[in-house]
Amino acid sequence: MTLLDLSARDREGATAIAVRPAWDSEPLRYLDEHGAPVEGGARPRPESLAPAALLRGYRALRFARAFDTEATNLVMQGRLAVYPSCRGQEACEVAAVHALTEQDWLLPTYRDSAALVLRGIPAVDALTLLRGTWHCGYDPKQWRTMPQCTPLATQGPHAVGLGLAAKLAGDDSVALCFFGDGSTSEGDFHEACNSAAVYQAPVVFLVQNNQYAISVPLHKQTRATSLADKAVGYGMPGVRVDGNDLIALTAVLGEAVDRARAGGGPTLIEAVTYRLQAHTNADDAARYRQSAEVEYWRHRDPIDRLARYLTAIGALDATVEAEIDEECEQYCERMRAQFAEEPTYHPDEMFEHVYAEPTTQLLAQREMVRAEYGSGEGEGAAQ
Amino acid sequence: MSAEISAPAAPLTMAKAINAALSDAMAEDDKVVVFGEDVGALGGVFRVTDGLTAKFGEERCFDTPLAEASIMGTAIGMAVYGFKPVVEMQFDAFAYPAFEQIFSHLAKMRNRTRGAVPVPVVVRIPYGGGIGGVEHHSDSSESYFAHTPGLHVVTPATVEDAYSMLREAIDSPDPVIFFEPKRLYWSKANVALPARTGPIGTAAVRRPGTQATLVCYGQTVPICMAAAEQAAKEGIELEVLDLRSLVPLDDAAIERSVAKTGRAIVVHESVGFGGFGAELAARIAERCFYQLEAPVTRVAGLDVPFPPPKYEHWYLPDADRVLDAVDRALSAG
Repeated sequence: MTLLDLSARDREGATAIAVRPAWDSEPLRYLDEHGAPVEGGARPRPESLAPAALLRGYRALRFARAFDTEATNLVMQGRLAVYPSCRGQEACEVAAVHALTEQDWLLPTYRDSAALVLRGIPAVDALTLLRGTWHCGYDPKQWRTMPQCTPLATQGPHAVGLGLAAKLAGDDSVALCFFGDGSTSEGDFHEACNSAAVYQAPVVFLVQNNQYAISVPLHKQTRATSLADKAVGYGMPGVRVDGNDLIALTAVLGEAVDRARAGGGPTLIEAVTYRLQAHTNADDAARYRQSAEVEYWRHRDPIDRLARYLTAIGALDATVEAEIDEECEQYCERMRAQFAEEPTYHPDEMFEHVYAEPTTQLLAQREMVRAEYGSGEGEGAAQ
Repeated sequence: MSAEISAPAAPLTMAKAINAALSDAMAEDDKVVVFGEDVGALGGVFRVTDGLTAKFGEERCFDTPLAEASIMGTAIGMAVYGFKPVVEMQFDAFAYPAFEQIFSHLAKMRNRTRGAVPVPVVVRIPYGGGIGGVEHHSDSSESYFAHTPGLHVVTPATVEDAYSMLREAIDSPDPVIFFEPKRLYWSKANVALPARTGPIGTAAVRRPGTQATLVCYGQTVPICMAAAEQAAKEGIELEVLDLRSLVPLDDAAIERSVAKTGRAIVVHESVGFGGFGAELAARIAERCFYQLEAPVTRVAGLDVPFPPPKYEHWYLPDADRVLDAVDRALSAG
């Protein structure tokens, strides 16, 4: 096939992308898209199949969806500057956070705001970057959660540093590092995987392969048929798992975290999922993908899939669903209330944390801006 | 640095002084770790980390894969955890793959987290030419770092400063880019260790003078001293001001000196156009205009990629080029 054959056309043009993914093999899963256990699939630990454990996971999925929906609403109302949605990827968000303890480190990408709130960070703090209030709204050391930022894959080497530090300090904490499929093309991804394996650092690399890096589909990102295969080149285990199957993810992540914690080194996990929304609110996904493809993946929604299974085993019914609805709505109401308050800003804040102590030059600049700003509250004078 | 009884002064090279600073810092604080390419078993291509692995073990001084971005990123992660990494970029130009980690994260993490996450990393970089190195072994990239808020940028020109400023850099809560003038690695001085010189952020008058100030740092300090010696034979007294620290910058010392001499010539090896000397010249013009008898000039590397070894002597600012600039300054007006 030539490059032209593989080019995506827009919705008016001829179909070059098959709606059904043309994978060589199916990723590891526990449930099929109808919520029924598959033959020879993932083998979760028995305790994670207990209805109470599954229900906890299900609640978290619903909560993540509600949060993501609310954040999407907030950006449409202009209360967030930008919001990269993780709709459709909630199983990855939940499984990752639930696989970790409080002593472990989480390294998110800018799309993993759901993971931040699942970790316990208040929504208004978690969304500080995306709101435009400051670059990070929480204390990474308090939450053992690194800041979100825009550069891709640069968090990979940070995960290696955190893991290596824990190992050298003799503590058994683990660093779990998110990536997108696009960022597996970045040099830092390669360097992080390589050095983690060399150091046998306690790191879990979780690639959420949601099929797109903004508009660039996976087949333009790599000729590898599986991102997990890259693990072979680094000398670590690699697993390709269905990223819309919470049970399979739980099994795979649990194993990887256990391995890291026991001193067995890093693991590369490719979670195959799909980004149901556009890259952000500013993106128009119709320009590069077809609605038929999106529909295909909507039928593989992680939440519906688990709901069907839980209903089938009698762990979920309309009453429980209604309870969860109510909890989510209350959370979102509180979130809306938090976001209704406009924070105050002061130009002094720009100078406070450049260095441990401001230089004399910075202090002089601060005085200059103070003089321009005057003594009032609210936003400073336009430049 | 704790108060200690110094050993008596003994001849010491700058490379050995840096080695001693690393060793003493590691002995005093087990959070200090040293890593980079070839720093362990080999002891570094300039032997600056010689003996550290033998003395402290592979968990304190170790070799990394050949990957500068991940060396920097790993250092950042370790600093977040609570270690004090001192990493080496083997040569100045080899730091370029690490630029994203340095400029996007090392420089910004404290600010990004409103002070919650300092990154006390020291990045040691041998820089500058004059050693006959092939391409990429003689660059001076200090301007990029000085231009990036959040980094401290220092460069010792003396053996004593190399020890003292590295100890201070390692103790600093800020990320410090520690530029080591490789041409001066084998310069020797009688130094009593542990040495303590002026704090980072203060400049040093290496030679007092009255007729012009040579503002310099790192590799050009000995050049300026040689020029001043030469000028003294003709009765011209030049003041040589060694900045030592580009960020934080000692504005007051520069102003004091220029107020006294009325003439400023900035001398640095790195490319002149857009170089750190441009910042110095602008600052001196802004702050000392009415004390100036002549325009502020810069003697700097040519605005060309650092040339091959056979051309190096035309590129590097030398005492003659400095004295030409002094002549022009003295005959101005």
